Amino acid sequence: MSSTKAARIGEEVWKTRIDKVNAELVTLTYGSIVAQLCKDYEGDYMEVNKQLDKMGYNIGLRLIEDFLAKTNTGRCINFRDTAETISKIGFKVFLNITPTVTNWATDNKQFSLVFEENPLADFVELPDDGRAQNELWYSNILCGVLRGALEMVQMQVDAHFTSDVLRGNETTEMRVSLIRIIDDELPPGDD
Amino acid sequence: MTFYFAIIGTKDNPIYETEFGTSKQGGDGHARFPDEQRPMNQFILHSALDIVEEVQWVQKELYLKTVDRFNNLLVSCFLTAGNIKFLLLHDSKAEDPIRQFFADVHEAYVKTLMNPFYEVDMRITSTVFDSKVRAAAKKYL
Repeated sequence: MSSTKAARIGEEVWKTRIDKVNAELVTLTYGSIVAQLCKDYEGDYMEVNKQLDKMGYNIGLRLIEDFLAKTNTGRCINFRDTAETISKIGFKVFLNITPTVTNWATDNKQFSLVFEENPLADFVELPDDGRAQNELWYSNILCGVLRGALEMVQMQVDAHFTSDVLRGNETTEMRVSLIRIIDDELPPGDD
Repeated sequence: MTFYFAIIGTKDNPIYETEFGTSKQGGDGHARFPDEQRPMNQFILHSALDIVEEVQWVQKELYLKTVDRFNNLLVSCFLTAGNIKFLLLHDSKAEDPIRQFFADVHEAYVKTLMNPFYEVDMRITSTVFDSKVRAAAKKYL
């Protein structure tokens, strides 16, 4: 699928088939989840990252089903196709943003998503305890969502943030790498 | 003109303070309080709190205008809906610029409050907020 076609589908579905919800409601809800996690784990930001990823993973597992039902997109022919679909349709439909797909590795198995805007992180300033700026990936839930969703369509990926404007970086960038295509495995002893 | 600005939390605890001078009429934006005056500023604002609490029930506006005076100094107050008090100590009357200044600070304060890591009555250490207050001061005062 070409990127313009993906963009068209994303726009179309966003306009016609999506229930909208107030953006600040989302921002504040997500914000209080992260803040509460930081409190519960007493500032162990590594653990907070892990929990956010896990929550995202569980969302992704379900969200892919919803995504496919709403958008009627078929199987992606290659990983580049997948990247376009994630950015132009996935993020468009659920968050009304289209992160830029860029920095492809030569083997076409790794790319970056650059977020020009991030509705989850509006109003946010990381706590200045000297550690959060280096350890917390505030929007880490998104990594989990991608990991969970792609796993359900036979792609095992690793997704992690490499920079975040909240930390003072220039851009917010997520690195997604394909680990393997999960083959259909026959149950043991059933051949 | 010289200003001293403080934000007081709901438990009468100070959560932000700064001082600056006028940027109008060739002012350089630096505060010109004599050294012996500086510590007094906090006392003056503190003593104005009682009057604020009286005025707040008769005034319908959030901007309570000038609530108190001390010698030649005036205290203006803006009260947010969440009972956070913005107090400004100034030495000459300027109702409208101060109203605009408070409106900008109010907006910046609301943004700060929306930060999930900030809680009501916590000290405001955000540099973004600080620069917004300074920008508002430069623009209007």
